[in-house]
Amino acid sequence: MALMIPLALYDQLRQHGEATYPHECCGVLVGEFNESSGKVVRRVVQCGNTRTDSPANRYHISPAELVRIQREAIVAGDDIVGFYHSHPDHPAKWSATDLAEAHWTGCSYVITSVENGRALLTNSFLLLGQEEAKRFEDEVLEVIEN
Amino acid sequence: MSIKILIPTPLRPYAGKQSIVEVSAQTVGEALADLVAQHPDLRRHLFSEDGKLRSFVNVYLNDEDIRYLSKDATPVKETDIVSIVPSVAGGIQW
Repeated sequence: MALMIPLALYDQLRQHGEATYPHECCGVLVGEFNESSGKVVRRVVQCGNTRTDSPANRYHISPAELVRIQREAIVAGDDIVGFYHSHPDHPAKWSATDLAEAHWTGCSYVITSVENGRALLTNSFLLLGQEEAKRFEDEVLEVIEN
Repeated sequence: MSIKILIPTPLRPYAGKQSIVEVSAQTVGEALADLVAQHPDLRRHLFSEDGKLRSFVNVYLNDEDIRYLSKDATPVKETDIVSIVPSVAGGIQW
C-alpha cells in the first residue's frame, strides 16, 4: 500500500518547509482511503506551527484547526489520510518525539528534510499498532500526475 | 436529543467504520457515554483506566474545546456537532 500524491501537492508541502525554514512546517493531508490501491491525497492543508517556544525542532497543530479540517473533509466525503512536517537541517526520518506524539493509526506521516532552506528528501511513514505498542513503518510515497 | 459525533480515521475501526455516529444526549458527557455504549471497543481508546479522557484526545463542541467550556457537563443542542481529534505533534528534538 502506498501514499499517492499529485505532483503539485507534493511540491506544495515541500515548498511549505522551505518557506518556514529554519522552523518546522506542518499540515494535514486530506484525501481518500482506498482499500485496494492505498491512500490518495486530494488536498494539502497548511497549518500553523503552534510550538512558538521551539519551532526549529518541534511542531504542533492546533486541535481547533484539526477539528475544522476533519469536519470539512467528512462533509465533502473525504478523510484525513495523513500529516506532514519538515525537519530543518535534519534527515527525513522520524524521531522518537515524532513517534511518541503520533496518535493517528493508519495515517501517513510525511517528513521533508530542509537543508539550508532547500527541500531535499521527502519520506512517508505509516503509523501502525495500538497506542501502547505503536510503530512507524516505511511507506512508499508515489508522486502521481496532477 | 440526537446529536452527531465525528469520528477520526484511527478510531473508525472501533466505531463500525463510521465517520459519523448519532447519539442521544443532553450533555457532552452523555454523548460520549452513549458513543461508547454503542461501540464498547472505543472506550479504551478514548478513556484511561480512571475514566478520564486520554491526554492526547481532544473533544470539541462545534469549534470549542470542552475543557474550556463545562467539560462533560457542557449542554448540547440538536444542531451541535461533537468532534473527536487526537493531537498531532512531533519534531526533531529527541
